[in-house]
Amino acid sequence: MKIDWVALGSVFGVSLVATVALVALFTLGIIGLTKQESAEGSGAVLARTGAYACFALCVAAVSFGIYLIVV
Amino acid sequence: MEHITLLLAIVIVTALVFDFTNGFHDTANAMATTISTGAMKPKSAVAMSAVLNLVGAFLSVEVAKTISSGLVDESGISPEVIFAALVGAILWNLMTWLVGLPSSSSHALMGGLIGATVASAGFSAVNGGVVVTKVLIPAIAAPLVAGIGAMFAAKLTYRIGRNTDDKQTAKGYRAGQIASAGLVSLAHGTNDAQKTMGIITLALVAGNVVAPGSNPPLWVIVSAGLAIALGTYLGGWRIIRTMGKGLTDLQPQQGFAAQTSAASVILASSNLGFSLSTTHSCSGAVMGAGLGRKGGVVRWSTATRMFVAWGLTLPAAGLVAALSEFVTKQGDWGVAVVAVFLVASSLAIWIVSRRQVVDHTNVNEAGEGTADEPPGVVTTAIAAVTPPPAGEATSPVSTPAESEPARPAAV
Repeated sequence: MKIDWVALGSVFGVSLVATVALVALFTLGIIGLTKQESAEGSGAVLARTGAYACFALCVAAVSFGIYLIVV
Repeated sequence: MEHITLLLAIVIVTALVFDFTNGFHDTANAMATTISTGAMKPKSAVAMSAVLNLVGAFLSVEVAKTISSGLVDESGISPEVIFAALVGAILWNLMTWLVGLPSSSSHALMGGLIGATVASAGFSAVNGGVVVTKVLIPAIAAPLVAGIGAMFAAKLTYRIGRNTDDKQTAKGYRAGQIASAGLVSLAHGTNDAQKTMGIITLALVAGNVVAPGSNPPLWVIVSAGLAIALGTYLGGWRIIRTMGKGLTDLQPQQGFAAQTSAASVILASSNLGFSLSTTHSCSGAVMGAGLGRKGGVVRWSTATRMFVAWGLTLPAAGLVAALSEFVTKQGDWGVAVVAVFLVASSLAIWIVSRRQVVDHTNVNEAGEGTADEPPGVVTTAIAAVTPPPAGEATSPVSTPAESEPARPAAV
């Protein structure tokens, strides 16, 4: 009986990193969007760009997920 | 199609019925937290999930995977063995639906296959080592992996977002939840519809209708996709309620963490060679996210009932399947008897379920026993070492539900 601990370990590691990273990114994006409402001028622009960058990364991750499903 | 016998037709119909039960059983996995946090209305959520499941069913057709994943020796499988296996799996799915407990349809199918094979070919046809590596270890690993990820993600999102107003961020979390729920539905459609397609194809091969190793015919793909989508749309509201509210109370932040963790685990496990059950991963993620909020509690009595159901899945489905196989082996009348038994039992379960109807109108109400359960040992221990709650859950566990009439206890 051969248990593929390496595969299990990699599933654990990869999903843990992916989950935490994605959630962190998305949270930062959301915060950026809410901050830009209360900040003014350049602060708002920075917050908004940062938020969009975070969301873009999230979209990329989701697209990768879809790619994994399809292929 | 010209040589499909009655037995084969019965097997195909039964396989589609299993696919249908698989659909409504697993709606909860993708949609329970989305519905319970209010990110989507119940009907829209299951509609979206149904569409994505349908799309997923068409996305990829991998015939290489054996149905039982090496659990049993498949050379001796005949249509009535498949029929018996499906009967076991369907009845287990319906029973767990009745009591509202999430349980893995895949494991039910595996249990059915093992039981039916044992009854027809003896224990030697079952590969015990594979049972451990493909069933037991994944059942323990999946909730742990998904739960730990969800817990850390939930803690992190609370830490990062501690200075923001909940109202403003709620919309953002909602969008995130919908996206990750969509991903889980898509993955589910791809994985689980294929199982039924594989079973039908296996039956067709066994009945000499198609050549071995061929791809499923288009009508098989369409019917399997439609069956799972229909089941998803009708929605296992009882299970959705347990997973969305019965295990723990979730705020949008936790719902998002749970769904993302579940999606990551499902995708990682299916692509890195250690397949884990969707149901186990999603349930584990919900519990982990529940623990990720300060003062969050998990209702361990419900969780324990769920774990017991998981443990019983293989034996229970196997037993019913073995009995069914024993009867069908006797001859054509045996098949008829088992078919009648299946229909009658399904009807009985449905009738019992009508005593306490759970549908899209009351899926977000707390179920029986959730309001007045005293905190368990684990919850008390965790609460002792964490600071008091920073934010309130939508329905705090300590206060009894105000407008709840006394509900009969679950079976």
